[in-house]
Amino acid sequence: MANMSLKKNEMPVQNPDVRNKNFDEVALGYTEEQAIDEAKRCLHCKNKPCVNGCPVQIDIPEFIAEVAKGNFEEAYKIITKSSSLPAVCGRVCPQETQCEAKCVRGIKGEPVAIGRLERFVADWHNAQPETKTEKPVSNGHKVAVIGSGPSGLACASDLAKKGYDVTVFEALHVAGGVLSYGIPEFRLPKSIVQKEIDGLKELGVKIETNTVVGKTISIDELIEEEGFESVFIGSGAGLPRFMNIKGENLNGVYSANEFLTRINLMKAYKSNSATPIQAGKKAVIVGGGNVAMDAARCAKRMGAEVYVVYRRTEKELPARLEEIEHAKEEGIIFKFLTNPVEIKADENGWVKSIVCQEQKLSEPDASGRAKPVPVPDAFFEIETDSVIMSIGTSPNPLIKSTTAGLDTQKWGGIITDENGLTSKEGVYAGGDAVTGAATVILAMGAGKASAAAIDEYIQNK
Amino acid sequence: MFEILEKKSLNPTVTLMKINAPKVAKKCEPGQFIILRTDEDGERIPLTIADFDREKGTITIIFQIVGGTTEKLNHMNEGDCLHDFVGPLGRATETDGLKKVAVVGGGVGCAIAYPVAKKLHELGVEVHSIVGFRNKDLVILEDEFRNASSKFVLMSDDGSVGEKGLVTDALKKLIENGEKYDRVITIGPLIMMKFVCQLTKQYEIPTVASMNPIMIDGTGMCGGCRLTVGGETKFACVDGPEFDGHLIDFDEAMARGAMYKPFERKAHDETCNLFKQEVEKNG
Repeated sequence: MANMSLKKNEMPVQNPDVRNKNFDEVALGYTEEQAIDEAKRCLHCKNKPCVNGCPVQIDIPEFIAEVAKGNFEEAYKIITKSSSLPAVCGRVCPQETQCEAKCVRGIKGEPVAIGRLERFVADWHNAQPETKTEKPVSNGHKVAVIGSGPSGLACASDLAKKGYDVTVFEALHVAGGVLSYGIPEFRLPKSIVQKEIDGLKELGVKIETNTVVGKTISIDELIEEEGFESVFIGSGAGLPRFMNIKGENLNGVYSANEFLTRINLMKAYKSNSATPIQAGKKAVIVGGGNVAMDAARCAKRMGAEVYVVYRRTEKELPARLEEIEHAKEEGIIFKFLTNPVEIKADENGWVKSIVCQEQKLSEPDASGRAKPVPVPDAFFEIETDSVIMSIGTSPNPLIKSTTAGLDTQKWGGIITDENGLTSKEGVYAGGDAVTGAATVILAMGAGKASAAAIDEYIQNK
Repeated sequence: MFEILEKKSLNPTVTLMKINAPKVAKKCEPGQFIILRTDEDGERIPLTIADFDREKGTITIIFQIVGGTTEKLNHMNEGDCLHDFVGPLGRATETDGLKKVAVVGGGVGCAIAYPVAKKLHELGVEVHSIVGFRNKDLVILEDEFRNASSKFVLMSDDGSVGEKGLVTDALKKLIENGEKYDRVITIGPLIMMKFVCQLTKQYEIPTVASMNPIMIDGTGMCGGCRLTVGGETKFACVDGPEFDGHLIDFDEAMARGAMYKPFERKAHDETCNLFKQEVEKNG
C-alpha cells in the first residue's frame, strides 16, 4: 500500500543554534524506518519521469522499490550501475531541479525524497562490514585521468571496472577536487569522500597526488613518454573571479576558493591547524550561489556575524533552496538588490567596510534572469573586517597554456564533441573544465560519457 | 617519498636542503618554485628553487626560519622525508636575447637570485651580481655568486663585510660609471626590490622582480597570491613569480605580505616551545 502523505519524511538535522558553531554534518540522515516509509510514497510510474531528470539516469523507481522492501544492498547495486558517487550525490545534488522536479507526487504535495533515499542507501552500504572488491582483470591499456574531482573519479571508476590501468593525477596533496577543498565538512564529510576514493583504489586505480599536469608533466609527455593511450581532462573550473572594484586586494578580502580551501583542505577550522585564516568579527559574502552559501556558513561557524550581499532578489538566488534555508536558520543575514562598488581600508591596510549600491531589477538579460540596474546615488556602507568574493570561477588555464593543439572557448572552456573528445586525438575532457562551473552530478555524467568513449576509442584502435 | 638528502646551515637563520624529487628536477628551470608540506597536517609553503640536478633528481631549497613550518622544517634531518613536494610551479625566468644583466639580491632572496645568475652565466650573458646582507654573519652563497659573475659586489648594512651601504647604492654607482644593462633582475625583500625598481626606472632599464607572496595551492586556484601589476590583478603562482618591476604595486604587496605576521610569529614561538619541551623531556 502506497504512503499517500503529501509531505516528505523530514530530514533529521542538527539544531541550527548548535550546528552554526560546529563543523559536524548538518543533516543526520534517515533511519531505516523513515527510509522505508518514504520509499512507499513512490507510485512506480510506468514512464519513470524522474529518471529523465537524472543526469546519469539512475533507475530511481527500481532502487526505491528495493528500499521499500528493506533490501538496501540491492538498492545500492541498482544505484551504482549508473552512479559512481552515491553518498556524495545524495548529499549535494540539486534534486529539486532534477529527479524530484519530475516526480508525479510533486504535482500535489511534495515529491518523493529521492536524494535523501539515495543518501540513506549509500550510507547504509558504507556502514556494513567491508566486502572485498574484486579487482577487474586487466586489459593492459593505460589511461591517464587529470584531476580527481567528480568527473575524474567517475571516469576512472568506469574505466577501471572495464579493466583499464588508470592513473589519476591530482595537483593538490589530497584527492577529491572540489569535494575536498570546496564543499565543507558539515555538508559533505571528508570521510565519505575518502571512502569513495579508497573504493577506486581497490579497483586498482592509482592516484598520484602532488602532480600538476602542465607543469610536472605535460599531456604530450603522458602519451609519448609514459605510454598512456588516452587522457581524460577533468581539471575543473578553479580560477576565481573578482569584481575588479577598488580595494579588492586589501587584507581580509578572500576569494571563496581561498577561504574554503583554508578551512576545508587545510583544516583552518581546527584550533591546531598550521594554516591561518581571518574570518573576522563580521564577514560579508558577495554572491548568491552554493559556494557563497558554503562560505557564509563557514564564516558563521568561525564566529563571525555574516551578511550575504546579492544583486538580484531572493527569487533569483542560484543556490539550492535547502542551502538557503539552512543558511537563514543558522542566522545568516541576506541583503538583496545590493552590489558592492568599493572596499575601504583601515589605516593598516585591512578591510574596514564595503560600500554597496542599491539595485533594482529590469528586463531579463542574456542569462534569462532579470537584470540588476544600479539605483543612482543609493549608496550605503557595511562595516566589516572580512569580505569573501564568491562570484564564480573559470576553467584553470594551466592545461590549455601547456598543451599544443587543445582548442578552448574564449572564456577558457575546453571544446569537445558530445562524447567529450577534444581537438586532440585520444584526449577527452568533461566537467567544469568544459562547461564552466556547474554541479557535481553533471561533471560525473560527463566523466562517465567520456569513459565510454575512451573505451570505444581504444578498442577500435 | 621526498627524502632530505643533504642539510646545511648557511647562517643561523638560513638553511639549505637537497631534496630527492626526480619529477620536479626533470622539468624545473631557474625562477620556478615548489610547494611543500612537512607533515600530514602541515601548511603548504612555497619556496623558490635554489638549484637542481637533473641527473641525480634533486632539488635544492634554501629557506629562512620565519614561522612555524620553516621552524619545523629546520628540525628535520638528512634521511627524513617531506610529506608533500610539488612543482615546478610558476614561470621560468626569461633569458632570451639578454647580453648584459645586473642581478640584485638581498638577504635570503640571494638563494633565488643565484640560480638565475648561474643560468645567465652559462648562457654566456655578462652577469654583474650585487648582493646585500645585514651583516657578515648572514652572508650566503658568496663563492657561488663569484663563480657565476664577471663582476661581484657585496654590500652590508653595517659595513662588517664588503662595502657599507645598500644594494641600490652599488647599482647606481655601476650605472653611473657607464655600465649598460639590458635588464636588471632583483630578488629580495619587497622594500629592497621597490627601491631597486625606482632607481632603474630613472635610468629606463627594464627590470624584473621576483615576488614571493602568501599562497596555498600554487596553481591559480585560491587567488591568495594576487598582486597589482600595471593596474591589473595578477596571480603570482601562474602569471609569475617574476613581473615587470616598474609596474608592480609594491606597497600593496607589502601590506598583503604582512597579513599573517602575528599568526606566523605565534606559530613560530609555539613550535619552538614544543621542540624545547621535547629536548627537556628527552634531555
